Amino acid sequence: MNREAEPAVAVSHISKQYRIRQRGEAPYTAAEAALGLLRGRTKPKYFNAVDDVSFNVAWGDIVGVIGRNGAGKSTLLKILTRITAPTAGRAVLHGRVGSLLEVGTGFHPELTGRENVFLNGTLLGMRRKEIERRFDEIVEFAGVEQFLDTQVKRFSTGMYVRLAFGVAAHLQSEILMVDEVLAVGDAEFQEKCLGKMREVAKTGRCVFLVSHQVQTVRALATRALYLQHGQLIYDGTVDGALDVYKSSFERVGTDDLLEAAMRPGTGEVRFSSVRSSRDSYDVAEEKVIEFVTVPSPLANRHHVRCDVLDVNREVVARCDSRLVEFYVDPREEVHGRIVMRTPWLRPGVYTVDLSLWGMRLVADAWHGACSFRVLPILPYSGAAAADATEGAPVVSDFSFAQQ
Amino acid sequence: MSLSLLRRSGADRQLRIVITPPHRWALPNVGRLWEGREILVRFAARDITLRYRQTALGVIWVVLQPLLAAGVLTFVFSSVAKLPSGGVPPILYTFAGMLVFNLTSSVVTRGSLSLVANASLVSKVFFPRLLVPLSTAGSALLDFVVSLGFMAILLAIYGVLPGLAVVLVPVWLFLTLCLAAGVAFVTSALTVNYRDVQYVTPFLLQITLYASPVAYSLGKISPHYRIIYDLNPMTWLLGDMRWSVLHQPMPSPIILALSVAVPLAVLLGGSLVFQKMERGFADTI
Repeated sequence: MNREAEPAVAVSHISKQYRIRQRGEAPYTAAEAALGLLRGRTKPKYFNAVDDVSFNVAWGDIVGVIGRNGAGKSTLLKILTRITAPTAGRAVLHGRVGSLLEVGTGFHPELTGRENVFLNGTLLGMRRKEIERRFDEIVEFAGVEQFLDTQVKRFSTGMYVRLAFGVAAHLQSEILMVDEVLAVGDAEFQEKCLGKMREVAKTGRCVFLVSHQVQTVRALATRALYLQHGQLIYDGTVDGALDVYKSSFERVGTDDLLEAAMRPGTGEVRFSSVRSSRDSYDVAEEKVIEFVTVPSPLANRHHVRCDVLDVNREVVARCDSRLVEFYVDPREEVHGRIVMRTPWLRPGVYTVDLSLWGMRLVADAWHGACSFRVLPILPYSGAAAADATEGAPVVSDFSFAQQ
Repeated sequence: MSLSLLRRSGADRQLRIVITPPHRWALPNVGRLWEGREILVRFAARDITLRYRQTALGVIWVVLQPLLAAGVLTFVFSSVAKLPSGGVPPILYTFAGMLVFNLTSSVVTRGSLSLVANASLVSKVFFPRLLVPLSTAGSALLDFVVSLGFMAILLAIYGVLPGLAVVLVPVWLFLTLCLAAGVAFVTSALTVNYRDVQYVTPFLLQITLYASPVAYSLGKISPHYRIIYDLNPMTWLLGDMRWSVLHQPMPSPIILALSVAVPLAVLLGGSLVFQKMERGFADTI
């Protein structure tokens, strides 16, 4: 085996260009397309989802791919898994590629768990014999023994993900690519998955991991790539890449509409603007986030989730509008106002991830929609050195008294 | 997307995958399709399983559908319109026609919709996309085999003995599949961009059903229109099949040659078009 001599993955100058369809231009029917040809084309706009990216990955590496929405992470993974073709460049992969780009990819809701394991395994490139040999292992890993002969449409989301990841993780692939799928499972299962990925890397294979969750990347990756607007900005240590990632959230408010279309979500309803009512607050002050939605001709109501994240991109507080029975009527342009009274936040910079949810699917997920600063103005009557508030994620509203 | 998969020599049998921008025209890589044969089987099995899951009559539909269709067509064309049926009982004549037509229609209809129906797979997993429309042949083949068995029963009931040419049935089956698959490759690829195709295809198939000698023979067709029939590949394949199954006259050597060459050419052309459009599937589906 001559593995050390060659990198597991060698990517050189890979680019992927999309043509942006402008309003009214997109031909959805053959007739429209014919008309468009007659009229003569309007000058198409191009957009580089991945722009001249080059890197090498050695065996045993776990590579975290990070970047903000629309930075080209998923497109890069889609190119490397051969789902979509690059427009330019060349990549060489020295081994079988296993991929898990979305929960339950290749699962058919009408088929049973057992049937789906075989279907999915085959799609991922396993032979029937191989699946049979590892079948018990997969089922045990997923913990769905009793439901094997149940149609997966009756599975809970958790079971679905566990089974899907089980199949992918047991594929004897040299290169494993995982895109933001672990967010769904419970903590115990996530731990299991992380363990599995480490195991894969230890046996000399390599793993690509796209995640928004800083904890996951930090816990797992041995190196990281940071992408911005399709370009590879940083290639090095995980901490280095995370620093670049975090600093990118300090310059918020630069998102234009192009970015809105690239945000994850079905796009049924989208935010047009999100802002913090003030740039800075005292620790104990109410924090107010205001948002506006773009009306769309839909009947389903949506709820809003507002996550407040600290400088390490860890969620400090979540305000889900269902809990206070607030819903967005997508037919209207809704001007919403989120008032967060607690927790008291430690001094520092916070960013807000705002998302709109339909029945089950996210319609618009805006990571780093806005940010605010909490000034070191403490709500306590006394004063103490900095260590009196350091170390804890939040500041507590407490009192002391002698009984 | 062009790929070259080279099995390396040596003990590790390691795979080397090269990803480059796609070429303009390329034939499907037969080696890759062969490697994906299990996917083909799984897809076909899935289609067959799903077709009759949650139906009360289940597999009986496989027999019932062609029988009902042949019955209706026989009634309309022989009993009402009094068109000739080549000297054999009309139901036999029609049923033999339905063997060929249903196979074509089923592959084209299911095939056209297959890519869009599997959109989540096409945009999320890599495998040779050609397998998707191709796999619809599985469930069509099952129908064909069941119908063929039924044909045998009908032949026995009516006491009609097929000639030696019966051994060529698999050949006609194969050629019909080639023709239908070639068409399905193009329609399925077009459906990804233009969903109109899914409304046009059933209509065109309907026309084909009436414009081909499925339920009647060419005996009474006026010479003016005869040329249309003579240029229709379905006419050739129907003639071939009836020669084999019903002991009808052997088609002329030219027709025989054409009915071999044209389906193969359609298959080839269809896969070329499919391969060319394939690279955009994941982005536009």
